[in-house]
Amino acid sequence: MISIMSKLNGYLLVKILRNSDLANQLDLKQWDLVIRQARRADLLPQLYYDLNKKGILKALPQEAFCHLESAYHLSVAHQQAVRWEVNRIQSALRKLEVPVTLLKGAAYVLADLPCANGRLFSDVDILVPKVVLDEAEQSLMAHGWMSVDTDPYDQRYYRQWMHELPPLRHVKRQTSLDVHHSILPETARWHPDAKKLLQAVKPLEGYERLYVLSPVDMVLHSATHLFSEGEIDHGLRDLYDLDALLRDFGKQNDFWELLYERAREMDLTRPLYYALRYTQYFLETPVPESSGKRVTGQPVRALRYLMDLLFQRALNPDHPSCNDAFTGIARWLLYLRGHYLRMPLYLLLPHLVRKSMRRNEV
Amino acid sequence: MKISDLSKAELCSRLKKGKFCISVGPFSFCIDSHIEEVIEGLGDLYADYELRDHGFADFHISLTRPKGIRRWLHPQVLFLFDGKTPFKPLPFSQALPMMEWGMNWCIANHMHHYLILHAAVVEKNGQAVIMPGNPGAGKSTLCAALVSRGWRLFSDELALMDIDEGTLIPVTRPVSLKNESISVIQTFSPNAHLGKSYADTTKGTVAHMRPPKLSVEHAGHSAKPRWIIAPQYNKEISSKLDTESMAKMFMNLAENAFNYHIHGPRGFDVLGKLVEDCDCYTYTYNDLDKAIDEFEQLVQISSHH
Repeated sequence: MISIMSKLNGYLLVKILRNSDLANQLDLKQWDLVIRQARRADLLPQLYYDLNKKGILKALPQEAFCHLESAYHLSVAHQQAVRWEVNRIQSALRKLEVPVTLLKGAAYVLADLPCANGRLFSDVDILVPKVVLDEAEQSLMAHGWMSVDTDPYDQRYYRQWMHELPPLRHVKRQTSLDVHHSILPETARWHPDAKKLLQAVKPLEGYERLYVLSPVDMVLHSATHLFSEGEIDHGLRDLYDLDALLRDFGKQNDFWELLYERAREMDLTRPLYYALRYTQYFLETPVPESSGKRVTGQPVRALRYLMDLLFQRALNPDHPSCNDAFTGIARWLLYLRGHYLRMPLYLLLPHLVRKSMRRNEV
Repeated sequence: MKISDLSKAELCSRLKKGKFCISVGPFSFCIDSHIEEVIEGLGDLYADYELRDHGFADFHISLTRPKGIRRWLHPQVLFLFDGKTPFKPLPFSQALPMMEWGMNWCIANHMHHYLILHAAVVEKNGQAVIMPGNPGAGKSTLCAALVSRGWRLFSDELALMDIDEGTLIPVTRPVSLKNESISVIQTFSPNAHLGKSYADTTKGTVAHMRPPKLSVEHAGHSAKPRWIIAPQYNKEISSKLDTESMAKMFMNLAENAFNYHIHGPRGFDVLGKLVEDCDCYTYTYNDLDKAIDEFEQLVQISSHH
């Protein structure tokens, strides 16, 4: 794999996430950069947990330590808030009598997975069967969640084409909620079956009618989300999640077998391929050797080469110190790719034209 | 080296190259700007601050003009925190007030290892007064008056508490005076150094008072909280000090705190201990001279005990 990781300071945060012992060797100038990169990546609290686990937190220079400590306090508050938010959602949807599946961060926290440590939140994501989507929305509205965006075009766009309702916000708590009925739009390049996801969900112990995706589906969803998204805001944080999920679930005997099999069944071998490739590249995630051949999502060499050029840049924190001359172009191309993967051109082009016209109006 | 030791040219060049870092209490800001208003304001209001060169800054901020055609029609200014813009742009003439608000925002939103209350803090004889108050209650005015008569300035806006020690930490910065209080302080203390006035901001006209030199030099020294006094300007009443219940003061502080909600049970305990350890008052005033006398008496009574 071609590497741009030799760049001295651009990969400081990545290097420390790989090997936290390096934290002992940083001077203050380097700490200045690490803190800024980690803040931009939304990974400051995770860094606190990583260094604490290694027992080197107390040895850090006070200047750096206080930012990590502050981020730690913030993340504890976020997790408490997410638990409360889930409690409210559960209560709002109680009458529906259908399984409510937590996705992403909220699932990691409620299921007490290792990658929950330090995770910050901007919203909660849930998955419900498509048949109850309208009812779910009505119940949520009755309990204070409203659509943020009232523009009729956006509303129609979401409802017709997207795999989720237009984002909701709670009128009192100002918290955001995304209600999904699938993990990709139906028009997308890849076609995972939401019914199969729902059939495999695991109940959350101690919570009535609350579920999380099965371990393999959780990994596949995280991979699909990151590698089909056009705007990669927290690429490294999402890789960090994937890395933690793979390290944790990877201890189970049959996990890797199941993962590859499920990726084929769900038409998600390509995002899984990228997930494994770039978690290994950035975070040295252990992936069993023997399993290498089984990932069938490998693109042809030229595409692989191009994707390396793009993802090696765009997955790094969006901070000037991590950018080179091509980062801007890489992010822009991935933005186009995200849209292109989402829907066919005959739908996409009118949508983008419409959006760009509206941006000019504002 | 102090800011006042820099020539105008050196100040400009440092600010333009991003080599302008100052300590503000326990924090360090690295500031970058080409804007004349900012360069002048920093040279004026921050004259007594030490430049630092540790290679580490808590906050990298800059003030710039947004790009695009608007810059010629309605010139604006943007506040950037490490390259990102947390706020909408303001009219170009308000660059300096925007920097001051931005710096408050930086501290209040990223320094959760402290409990941060919305209050002015001043100190005398090692004992500090916390003055909580809604905008317009007159806490900045009273704070400016006290520090121009020898009290040490901690902050007119952010009361920083060390959670383990229960002590208050100075974040000495210019005092932001609004509307009538600008001329009130000019009259009350002709020696106080006020910067330019900025009209038509969201808070009306704003001017900043340069912090006393001694306060800047002693910004490394924390103090024990001794009183919590919620001031309220009222032109009908010249001076009235009333005891306030601990419960009410607790709620007042909690509701107006910047990050009480983040600290959970620990925040509750710290705030509880704070109101228990302090004498709590509400203070209605319209006469600054009388107010200073009252505050001096409190200190005297307390040092006799």
